[in-house]
Amino acid sequence: MTVQTQTVGMNLQPQLIDSIRRSAINVFATMLGVEIGPGETSIEHGTLEANDGVVSFIGVAGAWAGSGVVVCSPELACRICNKMLMTEKSAINEEVLDAVAEVTNMIIGCVKTDLEGEVGPLGLSIPTVVFGKNFRTRSAGTTDWVIARFLWENEILLVKMCLAPH
Amino acid sequence: MESDLLVVDDSAAIRKILQRVLRQTGMLIGNIYEAGDGQEALTLLETKKVDLILSDINMPKMDGLQLLAALKASAQWCNIPVIMITTEGGATKVGEAGRLGAAGYVRKPFSAEQIKEKLAGILDPAQAL
Repeated sequence: MTVQTQTVGMNLQPQLIDSIRRSAINVFATMLGVEIGPGETSIEHGTLEANDGVVSFIGVAGAWAGSGVVVCSPELACRICNKMLMTEKSAINEEVLDAVAEVTNMIIGCVKTDLEGEVGPLGLSIPTVVFGKNFRTRSAGTTDWVIARFLWENEILLVKMCLAPH
Repeated sequence: MESDLLVVDDSAAIRKILQRVLRQTGMLIGNIYEAGDGQEALTLLETKKVDLILSDINMPKMDGLQLLAALKASAQWCNIPVIMITTEGGATKVGEAGRLGAAGYVRKPFSAEQIKEKLAGILDPAQAL
C-alpha cells in the first residue's frame, strides 16, 4: 500500500525506455546471439494502430497495470525462431509464434523486474500472439505508450509498453 | 551414471532450447522428459523416475510454485531437486520458491554456462569445482 501511495504521481517513462532497451538487447544477445541496434523511442497516446504481421501481448498487473507488446513482420518472426531454435522456417507456424511469445515474455519479464523496485510487485499474464493482415489493436484506457524500435539487419522490431497506477 | 531430467515449461521454444543446452553441457545426461505445465509434470512422474527438474514459474493450469509445493509434500518426490528457470526476478516469487525448497534459480534469458553451473552443483558436485 505504501509503495502504491508513493508512486501514483511518478513518471515511469524514462525508466521504461531505459529498461525496454536494455532488456531487448540482453534477450537477443543471450538467447539468439544477435546484436540488435536500438533505434528511436517515442511516446504515443491512446490506441495502438493498424498492424500487419505478428503482434505478441502480455498483460501486467499489480499496483501499476498495463501491457507489453512486441510487433514484427512475419519475416522477422521466422528469423527470430530460426536463430533461437536453430530451425529453418520461412512461414509462420505454431513454433514461430511460440518463439516470438517467449521473446516477448523475456523482454517484458525483465522490464517488470526492473520496475518492481519502483512500483512494487507486478504479475505477468501468459503471452498471446496474433498473426494477420490489416488488423487493429486497441487498449482500453488512456495511457501513453512507450515505444522502442530496434533494428536487426533491415527488419524493425517494436517493443511497446504502457503502465499506469491501478 | 547418467541423470534423467524433466523440463517443465509451457513454451515449446524454451523446452527445445533447454534440450539443446542440456545436451551441450557435456554432463552425463540420459533422458530429458518434457511437460507443458505442473499437472503434466506430476502425471509424467507417475511413470518416469527423474533426478532433477527444471521448471518455469508462470504456466497455465498448475504453475511452477504449485508444482514445487506438490513435489515437496510428496514422500515419493520430495527429494528431487528443482531448479526454477523463469523471467520472474522479483523478490516475492524467488523468495517463495526458496521457502518451498527450490534447489536453485536461473533467470531468463539464460546462457548455456549459467545452466551448466547450476546443474554441476546439483547433479555432480565434483563438476562444479
